[in-house]
Amino acid sequence: MVVKGLIFDIKHFSINDGPGIRTTVFFKGCPLRCWWCHNPESQARHEEVVIKERSLDGRTYRIEEISGRWVEAQEVISEMEKDGIYYDQSGGGITISGGEPLMQPEFLLELLRLAKERGYHTALDTCGHVPETVLKRVTDHVDLFLYDLKLIDSEDHLKYTGVMNEKVLKNLMLLSEMGKNIVIRVPVIPGITDTQKNITALRDLFLELNGLEQIDLLPYHRIAKSKYQRLKMNYKLEDLQEPPLEKLNELKKVFEGIGMKVTVGG
Amino acid sequence: MNPRITKLREQSLKAVNRISAERALLVTEFYKSDRAQEVSIPVKRALTFKYILEKKKICINEGELIVGERGPAPKATPSYPEVCLHSLQDLDILNNRPKVSFKVDDETRKAYEEVIIPFWKGKSYRERLFREMDQAWIESYQAGVFTEFQEQRAPGHTVLGGKIYRMGFLDLKAQIRRNMEKLDFYNDPQAMDKREELRAMEIAADALILYAERHALELEKLADGEPDPARKAELNDMATICRRVPAHAPRTFHEALQYYWFVHLGVITETNPWDSFNPGRLDQHLYPFYKREMEAGTLTKERATEILQSFWVKFNNHPAPPKVGVTALESNTYTDFALINVGGLTADGKDAVNEMSYLILDVIEEMRLLQPSSMVQISKQNPDNLLKRAARILKTGFGQPSIFNTDSIIQELMRQGKSIEDARNGGASGCVESGAFGTEAYWLTGYFNLTKVLEITLYNGTDPRTGKQIGLQTGDVTTFTAFDQIMEAFEKQLRHFIDIKIKGNNIIEKLFGDYIPVPFLSLLVDDCIDNARDYNQGGARYNTSYIQGVGLGSIADILTSLRYNVFDTQKVTMDKMLDAVKSNFEGYDDLRYDLIYNTPKYGNDDDYADQHAVSVFNMFYRSVNDRPTVRGGRFRINMLPTTSHVYFGSVIGATPDGRKAGMPLSEGISPFQGSDRKGPTSVLKSAAKIDHLKTGGTLLNQKFTPQLFEGERGIESLVQLIRSYFRMDGHHIQFNVVNADTLRDAQKFPEKYQDLIVRVAGYSDYFNDLGKDLQDEIIRRTEHKEF
Repeated sequence: MVVKGLIFDIKHFSINDGPGIRTTVFFKGCPLRCWWCHNPESQARHEEVVIKERSLDGRTYRIEEISGRWVEAQEVISEMEKDGIYYDQSGGGITISGGEPLMQPEFLLELLRLAKERGYHTALDTCGHVPETVLKRVTDHVDLFLYDLKLIDSEDHLKYTGVMNEKVLKNLMLLSEMGKNIVIRVPVIPGITDTQKNITALRDLFLELNGLEQIDLLPYHRIAKSKYQRLKMNYKLEDLQEPPLEKLNELKKVFEGIGMKVTVGG
Repeated sequence: MNPRITKLREQSLKAVNRISAERALLVTEFYKSDRAQEVSIPVKRALTFKYILEKKKICINEGELIVGERGPAPKATPSYPEVCLHSLQDLDILNNRPKVSFKVDDETRKAYEEVIIPFWKGKSYRERLFREMDQAWIESYQAGVFTEFQEQRAPGHTVLGGKIYRMGFLDLKAQIRRNMEKLDFYNDPQAMDKREELRAMEIAADALILYAERHALELEKLADGEPDPARKAELNDMATICRRVPAHAPRTFHEALQYYWFVHLGVITETNPWDSFNPGRLDQHLYPFYKREMEAGTLTKERATEILQSFWVKFNNHPAPPKVGVTALESNTYTDFALINVGGLTADGKDAVNEMSYLILDVIEEMRLLQPSSMVQISKQNPDNLLKRAARILKTGFGQPSIFNTDSIIQELMRQGKSIEDARNGGASGCVESGAFGTEAYWLTGYFNLTKVLEITLYNGTDPRTGKQIGLQTGDVTTFTAFDQIMEAFEKQLRHFIDIKIKGNNIIEKLFGDYIPVPFLSLLVDDCIDNARDYNQGGARYNTSYIQGVGLGSIADILTSLRYNVFDTQKVTMDKMLDAVKSNFEGYDDLRYDLIYNTPKYGNDDDYADQHAVSVFNMFYRSVNDRPTVRGGRFRINMLPTTSHVYFGSVIGATPDGRKAGMPLSEGISPFQGSDRKGPTSVLKSAAKIDHLKTGGTLLNQKFTPQLFEGERGIESLVQLIRSYFRMDGHHIQFNVVNADTLRDAQKFPEKYQDLIVRVAGYSDYFNDLGKDLQDEIIRRTEHKEF
């Protein structure tokens, strides 16, 4: 039987999820429930109805769309193959994001295998909250890990993401010890992840990791609010403002201070 | 920019467009003279040219380093009554219209009323042309199936090669003499025609030398009265330059540019050729002078920049000649499409990028002028650095430079039979048109409304706008049982209208060759002198006539919609579809919604839709390519609209892709505005599915919000995107970096955005100068990026 996976989007010309020009597939289903999640449709492991509004000539059409579709890995790779010339030219490749791709290990493996058959560079965006055994199965097929790291204090982590962070940190150490290429991505959520305490703890952790070269700071943005409404989900950060540029630059300097390459945005 | 250039630039920006009767009066005077009646047509044209240059007012603007104006003052624009005669009503429209007016003073109006119109009425080339066209041509033209380039302007559309940087006009005269001596009246029945043409060329050559000398005299006069010793010396130096060039080959950087400028003025004074004229590969031509003088210490980078900037201002002083009739009323496009080429390959196939390439890009960025426009040629051999430099200028939101694929241009030209060296010495001019610079007469003959032909097909040969039967009866589409029947009917209809267009072209080209030869332009384009034949009669080494296909994205979407909705899914019957478009979707809101949002579209790298663009392109190619022209050349196709997609949309009713009646069509080979939803990589893939190498140019417009260009990463991604498109043989891509809010604000408060330049379609224009419909279209294109 061919294994199928649940995805909710394929994005072409993705230029902030690994090197070069890439195509990113988004898996649906995530073990975390981050308050700031800007892809709330990525959380549930099932298809769900999304209400969208489109207007034409002043008339507004309310459309019910299904978010999420079950597909074979072959179908995904066929869509990605269309962009092969861009990967080749730019040193790009494919990125698997989500949701949490490692929640669908069989499908993920099949997709990675097909990508590697074609010689594509592969990047995996993960939250790290997965069983170590699952992670180990894919490491050989992944050229770059985009590793999401939010909070070092486990209690805080539990509060804002719904889970403790022990697995996250352990898996990160594991990848680091295996000598994998890792870019760490830190969402900058004002008052939550950008506190002095958390930033210092992150910095200390980074100093312990082997071969870590790059940090991506992902500033909070309010764009997600309407998505929650469309999904009839509760948005907990109603009044939060986006982090000011000065703050981002300040954080950038902190991590540059320990020899990291730091990008802002994504 | 130093104070001198700042001042010149401001003067140019502030100068008011005027119509000057000077040239028209001189031409009329000469045509009335006895001398004009005694000579052959080529000699008459040469003597007319000489008469103008002997008599016209010499204008030297304060502080400028390159001298010469086509009219009596900057932006004082001459008219060409022998080609196209303005009526008093045309003059009033030009004077009064809100956008890009050309002021007509009482004296000019009076000259038209009393002298120019009475003499030329019925004699102008334009009137002759319309008299010669048959009923089928007139009906198709009026229905908006095609336009005709040569109905108001002379054929031109050519670019100068490297000849003038090696040869003075005295050298050209010696070449003329040698050919004169070779004439064989015993065996060559055309010997007499050749002699007249060579005589005409000789007169034209003398005329320009004389014109330069008149500038020298004026400069010396100004130097005498000049109190500032520095400017006095400069004026004397400039006088020396004007005595040197164009008579002799240039020795210095300054001489090279002044020489080109005199030649430019000659070309645009002789007639009103399309796309003015253009120095083409300027970095290649100037670099040897620059290098030599920098080494000798007679030139500094600052001085070279200043001279180049002064040269830039000269282009901006020269708007395109004003139009007549309905085009005067509707078209606001008065930039003259001079397109400076930077980069590319040398004749022996090496990376041609040099220090001058970057210096020119600096000038482009600093000057921010509409004219001259600019482009960079990118071959696989050229460094990314050039592309990055270009991208950084694009990022400033000024729409220049556009980006061209040198390797494609070379293959296109070679496919048409040019030598590899001539192809490498070429580039693109006008909007996107490939040409062998200095050796080719490539005429654009008219835009062709592919979508209108499909509309006529859907109505079995009738134009629904007028109810007239103007096409073939290819069958009632409601009786068709397979989609392919539509394609077959369309191809028949297409061939029918292409035949009408080509018949017209063959008459028009002959008329031009016979009645308005251009001995001056013929001096400049090889091998007119050696062939002793005029540029307008096939004297150039290569002669090409183009028909420009318009609306590829729209027609692909219409065909896709018919295939998908009527045949494959059978969601709608053909009857219902036709009822919906006939009623402009009144009462068919839901259907229209489905046509727009739930139907496959060209531009998303989806073969289901893109196959129709490819089929239509191939049909268009087959019906035009390789057919002979009267000049001994071949017809070819290219895919560009300039602004005709707006006009062509205005003559088409609602269409099965959901487009409402009268709305603009897609432009170039770009997807219909808002139809591409999968990002730029998909657009480029779709656009590359047609075989660009079978064209003489395609136009792809992409808009990006400035955010995409942020940082090194943004620039790098852009570079790789372009490189990928070029690896797929894409011919050209251009970018508008703006956001919709800015543009909307500009619509509301035009006074705040007077310097806002946007890429329209193959060229840039001031946003404020565009009609509201075009402004709206550009806003829609921008917005689409954001939703």
